Amino acid sequence: MDADRAAWEQCSAARVVPPVQPRKLAKVPFVELADGRLQGVVSSGSDIQRVYVSSITVGTHAYNCSTNNNRPCGGLRGSPCKHLQELVAEAVLQYGLDRVARYLQIDACDGASSGADLMGRLRGRHEPTPAAIVFSRFLRHLAYLELPDTTEPIPELHWFPATGAVR
Amino acid sequence: MLGAQLAELLDGAPPGVGEALDLVTGFDEGLAHGFARLGDERATALAAMAGAVAATPLGERVGEAVGKIAAGSVADAHLTALAGARAALLGAVHDALLGRLDAALGRTRAWWGGPPSQAPATTAPATDNLRGGCRSWLHELAITGWRGVDHDLVSASGQTLQALLAEPGLRRLAVLVDGLAAELRASCPVRTMERLPVRRWADLWARALLLSQPGGWPGSPEPAGPVSGRLLILGVDVHEHGTAVQVQVHGVLEPAGGATPRLVRTSVAAAKVDTIVGPALWRLLRGCPVLLAALAERRSLDVTDLPLLDSGDLLWHDDRARAGKPADPFATARVQLVGALAPAVPPLDRHPVRIAEPVLVEGYSAAVRDRRAAVTLDLGGNALAVDVDRLPTCGPLTPELVAASSACLGLVRWDGGGWMLQPLAVQARVKRRTIATHNGDWALGPTDPKVVKAEAKAGDAVAVLRERAGRLLRR
Repeated sequence: MDADRAAWEQCSAARVVPPVQPRKLAKVPFVELADGRLQGVVSSGSDIQRVYVSSITVGTHAYNCSTNNNRPCGGLRGSPCKHLQELVAEAVLQYGLDRVARYLQIDACDGASSGADLMGRLRGRHEPTPAAIVFSRFLRHLAYLELPDTTEPIPELHWFPATGAVR
Repeated sequence: MLGAQLAELLDGAPPGVGEALDLVTGFDEGLAHGFARLGDERATALAAMAGAVAATPLGERVGEAVGKIAAGSVADAHLTALAGARAALLGAVHDALLGRLDAALGRTRAWWGGPPSQAPATTAPATDNLRGGCRSWLHELAITGWRGVDHDLVSASGQTLQALLAEPGLRRLAVLVDGLAAELRASCPVRTMERLPVRRWADLWARALLLSQPGGWPGSPEPAGPVSGRLLILGVDVHEHGTAVQVQVHGVLEPAGGATPRLVRTSVAAAKVDTIVGPALWRLLRGCPVLLAALAERRSLDVTDLPLLDSGDLLWHDDRARAGKPADPFATARVQLVGALAPAVPPLDRHPVRIAEPVLVEGYSAAVRDRRAAVTLDLGGNALAVDVDRLPTCGPLTPELVAASSACLGLVRWDGGGWMLQPLAVQARVKRRTIATHNGDWALGPTDPKVVKAEAKAGDAVAVLRERAGRLLRR
């Protein structure tokens, strides 16, 4: 194992981040493990113009859900709303259960096989957090799709091979 | 590639490669630990690196930088000198490896035209502020060391990155910094990682530091002039991280007028987000329909007045190309690869990671080793490792297909101390017929019914996100 580790540490094209899995984006267009939170954006089921910003903090599992204008989600009545449940379920699809559980520091994951199982193991409470940070990260995320293509070669991308064709 | 050529390639590492890489490792360990508290052992390693470049024009600056850093004073210029010394060492390793590969393959390579022109930087000074912002983040990283990286330090790159992305002339730097920041973010807090990608992160850090020098990258390839002729595609190499994808087509250009055919590359890159993966990637590149159709339909391309950079890169203009006759890349490789002139490598691009030489391998027996299902090709008694990790999700190649193959078109690469073959296409017997499968087969959409079905079920990620962007971004 030590030889494997030494060899990996000397690889220029070593894979560090496991590839994310494809999932349907219609309900939850954005999920990320960043800034010490599992956070994302959930599209409203009733109003196409409205989105909910949902997050769960690493370690404490404090959760929050509000509209992007900071109006609290009506579904938060002492327990996580359906937006938070959808967020966790989609995060499990995208990153895999282990990675989400490890990131959130959820103990005793034995037997957990779905986002719902992870939700049952959260021990946090509702704590308001500003939606603006997460929402602006979502807008930034969307802004990538507005950048123009380029035909100038980017030699730096040789460090980032496309990988993962195991079907 | 013949058995004898493989034997020559694998006949021990070229002299000096191991020693040079040991010096690089010494620097990389220092960066993992942070230059703020170097310690005697790591200071000695840096001094050894300075010693290796002492006789070069870098010698004096690097020597001074190592002295200052060991004494606890880490200035911008010192870090730049160290990054330069590291790049020089890896450049020498690149040259030794590529020289060995060219000799084994009997490949003729163009000479580099000389030092870059001394023309003043053409970029506006305004972008130097952005480069400065980038350098200060890299400076912070170097002081802290990878093991000290936390969420706050990663997030500190955010604003700089936004500004870099908005500036088309700084796209290379932006793509690189974004890739590094995403890996650090996913690894936070880094001190809890079981193993550190020390070589990789030091590569990315040093490259970013050189790219963000005031006035910009001095060694950017320059147009050697427009070319016209027939482009015969060999295959397509796909590069990808969370927010960028690049397809790089390798081919042989037969210049109009009958000059020597040349090995060339042409690339198209697009920004993306991490949830756009698999065959959907091609949808981001629809601005180049002629190129994508040539990949999917395996056709040659007739090109007119495309700028050819002295690095061997054709700057693609889709409106200057027309689809030609069907052309089998395996036939192109058999006929054209031997006599084609390979491009020179610009000095600052010389790093082992960018060695990617197209070859055709056949007459082997493929073996699957149990451990991690690694595939090797036995060619005349020598084993060539296949980099089956490097098969993109946007194409139909799989490790199983490679293991069942009888011929493979691929890129010879070198990483982690050894040579590997990255498949771009294979010929394999499927149901008693020999079928060719290429990375670019799905450029116009997947052709495998199972994949088409899965795609339809998942929905169009690009369309969903564009709809959301249209509704939410401009308000």
